[in-house]
Amino acid sequence: MSPNSQDYNRPLAIEARGLVKRFDDTLAVDGVDISVPEGAIYGILGPNGAGKTTTLRMLLGIIDPDEGVRRVFGHDRPHEIAKWIGYLPEERGLYPAMKCDDAIAFMGALRGLPLDEGKKRGRELMENHGLGHAIDRQIRQLSKGMAQTVQLLGTLVHRPKLVVFDEPFSGLDAINQGKLEVMIRDLAKEGTTVIFSTHVIHHAERLCNDVAIIAGGRVPYAGSVDAARDRIPAQVRLETRNADGEWRSALPEDARHDAKEGSGHFWYFPIPEGGIEALLKRLIDGEAGILSLSIERAGLHDAFVEIAGEAAARALEDDAAEDVR
Amino acid sequence: MRSSDQASRLSLLQAAWVVARRDFKAILFSRAFFFFLLGPLFPIIVGGLAGGIGGQVQRETLVNTVALAMSAENNAAILQAREVATETMAGIPEFEAVESEGDEDLSAEEILTRSNYAVVVTGDLERPILTGPHVQIHRWEGAVSLLAAMANGSAPTEFPAIEERPLASSAAAERSDRIKTAQAGQLLLFLLMMLLAGMVLSNLVEEKANKVIEVLAAAIPMDAVFLGKLFAMLGVSFVGIAVWGAFGGAIFALAGDAVPDMPEPALGWPLFVLLGVAYFAMGYLLLGSLFLTIGGMATTVREVQTLSMPVTMAQLLVFFLAAYSMTSPGTPLELFAAAFPLSSPFAMLARAAQSPEIWPHLVALVWQGICVAIFIKAGATLFRRRVMKSGKGGRAVKGHVGGAASA
Repeated sequence: MSPNSQDYNRPLAIEARGLVKRFDDTLAVDGVDISVPEGAIYGILGPNGAGKTTTLRMLLGIIDPDEGVRRVFGHDRPHEIAKWIGYLPEERGLYPAMKCDDAIAFMGALRGLPLDEGKKRGRELMENHGLGHAIDRQIRQLSKGMAQTVQLLGTLVHRPKLVVFDEPFSGLDAINQGKLEVMIRDLAKEGTTVIFSTHVIHHAERLCNDVAIIAGGRVPYAGSVDAARDRIPAQVRLETRNADGEWRSALPEDARHDAKEGSGHFWYFPIPEGGIEALLKRLIDGEAGILSLSIERAGLHDAFVEIAGEAAARALEDDAAEDVR
Repeated sequence: MRSSDQASRLSLLQAAWVVARRDFKAILFSRAFFFFLLGPLFPIIVGGLAGGIGGQVQRETLVNTVALAMSAENNAAILQAREVATETMAGIPEFEAVESEGDEDLSAEEILTRSNYAVVVTGDLERPILTGPHVQIHRWEGAVSLLAAMANGSAPTEFPAIEERPLASSAAAERSDRIKTAQAGQLLLFLLMMLLAGMVLSNLVEEKANKVIEVLAAAIPMDAVFLGKLFAMLGVSFVGIAVWGAFGGAIFALAGDAVPDMPEPALGWPLFVLLGVAYFAMGYLLLGSLFLTIGGMATTVREVQTLSMPVTMAQLLVFFLAAYSMTSPGTPLELFAAAFPLSSPFAMLARAAQSPEIWPHLVALVWQGICVAIFIKAGATLFRRRVMKSGKGGRAVKGHVGGAASA
């Protein structure tokens, strides 16, 4: 099963319909609909300020929507099933004077895990994640990355059925981002539903079964990553030795042409109506001098531009660039 | 990797306990607690000054009326003599002739128990008898002797001997003494609250500064966070009281008779102390829930410091209301002070010192408990609405977002 395939027979971990949230005069979220199947890795993709955090907070019951309904494992009030949920907020925070194992145990205790059990599991988790040497250290003595990992472990210590991460990759270096991706996949393999928000498309593209694209407080697209990409027709990328000839009539009139010095001529166009085999035959018969031919499927970035618009896509790129800086 | 627990959430009290346990330990082993323990030194100085004002109030409440319970003729003669004497002399007390109730002649002791007099004069003009507290007898025997002599037509240089019948206490003396106890109780309550207010105000700032608040808000209801924090601080304050109590007890033990006895409150010491603890807890929870909400709106320690002044002034106003109303029990002002949630614990503690009735305290404690619940609920709701507003993002794209679609 590819990472982006979805099993529609699974029950929903989260179902939200028409969520609206206003803060004073600002409409932060405007009619969001989201359905997250159990066991899925679900991404909420959008630029900063699009309404991702507000949406997640409504889903978790931190704030209530002004309009609309949300159900988490069938419950209208997410606090009722707090033991099943783990949450890593965008703004990470722990008590600086607490020791690491105490901090993990405290987070577990908030979700109903007995303190002793939480402490035991916390120590195991830290050992398993290469932080065994820091178990007895205070949070204030850790590096930022280590503290983030401790909080992440605290989010998982009570073994939740649903894990919600708000911008989990933000602030992590490349190595730790990779580790987190592995952890998310492992959680999903174990049956845990994972939802995360991000403004970095490739994280969503690599990890998610489904995404909700959010911009300006609205969700113009919610569904599988594959379906989002399929909204844009696949492109043919053709490289020829010759620039012109009878074979050109086989290409659509609006085919984009790009000639590069020292190499062939590049042509980009949608798959013609007759199909790729008929195209190939005409190119060969017309002596186009085929150097290469490939069918390129649209990426999630292209889908995002198509769905959310150029402005939102630019904002997304700016946010990602800001992360790198 | 799934939890097999049947219950899928903590109850409100369980969740509050998780927060309270963490806060209690964190505060108890912090430097802030050390300063908290030192805190009483400063209010004691302020309290000394306030005590001076209180003393003045008490002096004003001392009774200066002497009851005349002699024969009607003798009573009239004394009153006549007083009129003459006051023309030339100062410091002559008020005199009031006491009428018999029906056929029953009241004894001097009964008169003092039922009415608010300094002393009672019985006997006759040759041998007036003064009945009352020792202090009051010595205060007024000269005046009584002089007026008796004048009323008897004797030369002012010949004063009749006065027989003394001192009593341990009277209604007036007891009231006066119990006001001392009430004042002390209120002052102690106020000082404890003053000490706690600053810590409560800054309590949620730690969570906000450390960004832990969202972790808490996602896992448990804000009501539980508020409740847990309030009870943690209450627990810390009880530890503080125990420490101060131990020191106080040691000082009393060492000082022995040098420490003056406090007049016994109307409800007796055990019940008074018990009610004192209950009213301290309620008063703290009421003010604390209010301050926690106010402090929760602040984002920095500086903002909390800015809030401290008006909050302290508000505390003082509440204290003054209760302190003032204590001298006039049963008046609308005193009833208002007893009913107004924030002054109720102070006013009711004063009542416990002055009145032997228990039922008003039960009513007051229930009322205060209801108010605590309302304050916490309102504070938590306000906090969720005003504080948990948005994420780190600040730039919304409010332009065209395309048509909604779902695959």
